[in-house]
Amino acid sequence: MSALPSSHTPHPSPVGTPPLAFGAAPAVNKSPYSMSSQPFLKVEGLKRQFPQPGNPDPAPVFEDVHFGIERGQFVCVLGHSGCGKTTILNILAGLDDATAGHVIMDGREVRGPSLDRGVVFQGHALMPWLSALKNVEFAVRSRHPDWKAQKVREHAVKYLELVHLGHALDKKPAELSGGMKQRVGIARAFSIEPKMLLLDEPFGALDALTRGSIQDELIGIVEATQQTVFMITHDVDEAILLADRIVLMTNGPRARIAEIVVNPLARPRVRETLHQQPAFYTLRNHLVDFLVKRSREFQPGPGWDAKNPPLVHPGQSSQPA
Amino acid sequence: MKSKPWLAPLLSALFFALFIAIWYVATAPASGSGTAAPAMDPEYAALMGAQAQAGGQSAMPGPGEVAAKIWEHLSDPFYDRGTNDKGLGIQIAYSIARVLGGYLLAALVAIPLGFVIGMSPLIYRALDPFIQILKPISPLAWMPLALYTIKDSGVSAIFVIFICSLWPMLVNTAFGVASVRREWLNVARTLEVSPLRKAFQVILPAAAPTILTGMRISIGIAWLVIVAAEMLVGGTGIGYFVWNEWNNLSITNIITAILLIGLVGMLLDHLLAWVARAISWRE
Repeated sequence: MSALPSSHTPHPSPVGTPPLAFGAAPAVNKSPYSMSSQPFLKVEGLKRQFPQPGNPDPAPVFEDVHFGIERGQFVCVLGHSGCGKTTILNILAGLDDATAGHVIMDGREVRGPSLDRGVVFQGHALMPWLSALKNVEFAVRSRHPDWKAQKVREHAVKYLELVHLGHALDKKPAELSGGMKQRVGIARAFSIEPKMLLLDEPFGALDALTRGSIQDELIGIVEATQQTVFMITHDVDEAILLADRIVLMTNGPRARIAEIVVNPLARPRVRETLHQQPAFYTLRNHLVDFLVKRSREFQPGPGWDAKNPPLVHPGQSSQPA
Repeated sequence: MKSKPWLAPLLSALFFALFIAIWYVATAPASGSGTAAPAMDPEYAALMGAQAQAGGQSAMPGPGEVAAKIWEHLSDPFYDRGTNDKGLGIQIAYSIARVLGGYLLAALVAIPLGFVIGMSPLIYRALDPFIQILKPISPLAWMPLALYTIKDSGVSAIFVIFICSLWPMLVNTAFGVASVRREWLNVARTLEVSPLRKAFQVILPAAAPTILTGMRISIGIAWLVIVAAEMLVGGTGIGYFVWNEWNNLSITNIITAILLIGLVGMLLDHLLAWVARAISWRE
């Protein structure tokens, strides 16, 4: 942790007035509680400790994590390794339990895994004894146990075609490239048509070229299905390309959400021309600044409220004091 | 180096020929001194039988005699002329039936039990001391106990096969099930897969290669043990045949049986290897 006093943050912080829910957040920020409806997904006071032998009360990986996601929103979490991004995703997925706090999705508390939340795992997590098609069919059959084989197959094929794998249905994962495997993983997660999709650094292990093409496919399939997406990444450009909101996490242990950045770039976003948009570099610099410096030195300043992490609009002229 | 696929078989044939030649030379009747042996009392020679008349020839047959014997057995493998004179085909069939019986029973117990042990660390820890102690016991040590409690020698032989096939399958199944990748289980959890479907469609295929390795080790051990077990229980089977021919001092028959035991053991192993290849997966 930095010894710097909070008021001495070297970055000309464009911190906006705190409050807000994600939603149709306009430049004029409002408290989420003043809005008529609750966000689709609400995370409140999340904290996770990993008790160690001889130390039942170690420093939590993260604590006091509050945020919300609106229906149809694409949210990226950006932070360094060890800040508990994957743990947060696992808690949202129901695969891990929080030490404190809770997650509410669509008015119901998240308890254990559910078909309502599709997960794309860091490693593709395909079953190597099943072909690409059978891997997706396995998920479809879990969602629709009453469907006939033919219908299951058609549904699975449809989603594999959405990620342009119609030609590789009968290939085993071992016969697919890393990018193709991850595309099968994406098709599998989308095929159960969950209320929300969780992606855990899905492109981390891929080369830049492959990553680019799959990101484009992901944009296409998200736009087509209007999915709500929560995605973890440590790639700034990926977050800029994909996200509506970028949640910035400080370094662990005791990681927290420093701020939530609103992505001002208009959709549809095209990789080739994205960097020509005027707001691109302001946003990118803001994110990189955070990762290289502020994530480490972050101190809650006056007015910073963990329950309402500040919503930031980089590059917007009206910068509050 | 250029690959020469015919080189290894050629060498094998060469080694085989060399072996046969050494065998032939070693068992050939010593022609020089043999004929010069002092003539035996004809009455004693008659008592001692044909061999003595031939001039003190060894009981160890040459390759020619063994080949003739093998041909004889092969041309009529299933004859049955009473308790102590059955064809080799019948004897080997008895042995295979006992091995498969004990082996399948063992699989029926070991695979489900191994599944439970692999799934539950608690049961694993509770059963581990028993497995550790029972595993190294020679299956033949069970034989007297089996004979006393079961009272039927045929069933006892099957029990011995059961007990020796059990451990490799049990331990391998437990290990295979316990080391199924966390990520596949997580996929099943997020898809709300039912426990039964998870067991059969995720854990079983994931652990299948490890289970098959255990099954392959087991069939090998079972085939080793059946010969010894049948020597003890007697009556039928290839092990009994070997022991019976030892009492007859028919080394020719013993060598024939030894070759056959090796051949069948190899076939059983290849069968399991073939199954293992069929269900194994590559990452």
